[in-house]
Amino acid sequence: MKIKVIVTLKNGVLDPQGKAIQQTLNGMNFDNVSDVRQGKFFEIDVKENDENKAKSLVDEMCKKLLANLVIEDYKIV
Amino acid sequence: MKSSVIIFPGSNCDRDMDVALKKFGFKNQMIWHNDQSIPKSDLIVLPGGFSYGDYLRCGSIASKSKIIRSVIDFANSGGLVLGICNGFQILTESGLLTGILQQNKYLNFICKNVYVKVKDKKNKYFNNIKKDILELHIAHNEGNYFCSRDEIKSLEDNNQIAVTYCDQKGLENDENNPNGALKNIAGIFNKNKNVLGMMPHPERMIDKYLSGEDGSLFFENLLGNLK
Repeated sequence: MKIKVIVTLKNGVLDPQGKAIQQTLNGMNFDNVSDVRQGKFFEIDVKENDENKAKSLVDEMCKKLLANLVIEDYKIV
Repeated sequence: MKSSVIIFPGSNCDRDMDVALKKFGFKNQMIWHNDQSIPKSDLIVLPGGFSYGDYLRCGSIASKSKIIRSVIDFANSGGLVLGICNGFQILTESGLLTGILQQNKYLNFICKNVYVKVKDKKNKYFNNIKKDILELHIAHNEGNYFCSRDEIKSLEDNNQIAVTYCDQKGLENDENNPNGALKNIAGIFNKNKNVLGMMPHPERMIDKYLSGEDGSLFFENLLGNLK
């Protein structure tokens, strides 16, 4: 089954790419944009039919590789 | 003294490091990342470059490669492990060093000479070094050192900050911080100070006609401390 993961920078961690995107959007007259945070999206095909088991495996993957917990949070969706 | 330089797919400072180590008297060997073990060494070097194309996060894929288990065992048994640039990133991703190297604050790849201040000499790398301020070269896109408040306090309390960006006279401020690194950090040690990661490249400063000689000071001093 496919499990989806979103990895984002923790609040308070500087995101210069997000900032550049926000400034560009403002420059394109999207004046309502006050902040942009950029992240990563993963779609992981796990050979497992039990959703809980699959998610628990992906959770381990997030901790060990997909996210660096010093600066990133992850969400399994 | 024997050294080993680990080559990952995408390493590109491995040969420069080989030349530097041999120039100052190390008997160096090159080790492929897929090898299971490392021959007997007094020093292991993780060189600069772009291992695995910097995919996912710089150094993250290399930090899971086969050879890293041996590097971690070597470090845990007190062996000297030196990571330069991408090697520093691999060391943080492998857990041997604390924190992470983030993208440079102003999103630019920086390639220039900088001055760094040696902050601690009670270790094999900098003990007896003749200068407190070294002129070295940096070339990176992700050199912005970051760690949590607790971790930075612990680094400071244990004198684990190895080198910091500064000016020619040793002044450390925002102006002399090329990439936004926390506390101007250019390099750190592990607790036992046998593992050193730093963004500047000493191997690029070993020829007085081409670059400068402060890298020579580093290698000569390291070799002297190992003898």
